[in-house]
Amino acid sequence: MQITCPLCGARDIREFSIKGHETYLHRPDPEAAPEEWNDYLHNRENPAGETRELWHHGSGCGAWLLVTRNTITHEVLGAQLAREARNAG
Amino acid sequence: MASLIARTPFEGLLPLSYGTVEATEVVLRSVTSVAPFSGQADAVSKALEKAVGCRLPPVGTFVEANRARVVWSGLDQWFVMSEDTVTIPGAALTDQGDAWAAVEIAGTDARDVLARLVPLDLRLSVFEVGHAARTMLAHMSCLLMRTAEDRYVALVFRSMAASAAHDIERAMRMVSARADL
Repeated sequence: MQITCPLCGARDIREFSIKGHETYLHRPDPEAAPEEWNDYLHNRENPAGETRELWHHGSGCGAWLLVTRNTITHEVLGAQLAREARNAG
Repeated sequence: MASLIARTPFEGLLPLSYGTVEATEVVLRSVTSVAPFSGQADAVSKALEKAVGCRLPPVGTFVEANRARVVWSGLDQWFVMSEDTVTIPGAALTDQGDAWAAVEIAGTDARDVLARLVPLDLRLSVFEVGHAARTMLAHMSCLLMRTAEDRYVALVFRSMAASAAHDIERAMRMVSARADL
């Protein structure tokens, strides 16, 4: 499996580590309701198909990436810098 | 002041020579990590040109001037290798001169040796002379540069020097043994 890092190009999976679903990009307001924090911290879908996840290119350029991949086929459909994804809304 | 004896990171470990490949220590003088603050990359690049004679190179490459080599070393970060630490405004600077161990791997079969250590496509058409990559050497984080067709420089953490020398020697031995068949 390879992930195409926007900076480094296609790189082997061993250079990356996974953080989890893109939920982590959308941190609730500190004053948000406990239910919202509960969702943010604990509740996840278990998708069969496309999903978007945060991966860290720790043994490469050090960037956080938002990776779109398919959990059924293991196909990696794209990756962008997490900061750009967040700034784009 | 006491006169201390400086030991280089690969002292007693390099040089190595097997077959057509040689691994030699590159003694680093000063390595300054330059991470421009948000929106300051252009200004930093210009200040750097004044200081050492070259600008910040594009992602995945390095440049050389009389007084320095400047290499892209990660997201929004470059290493300036020079005689003295550079001081320029607009960027987070850290002196990393004692943090890295540098080895030059050179020779006809140098690519075959690195192919056993680094998960990169090292063909000349892909990883060109002047290219740099943050990647792994065996299990170690490394910064790899191609300085000529059959010549590479790899930087690993200084604390990993013995492991790096061990893994490089093993790969060199294997490649030369196969060539002798």
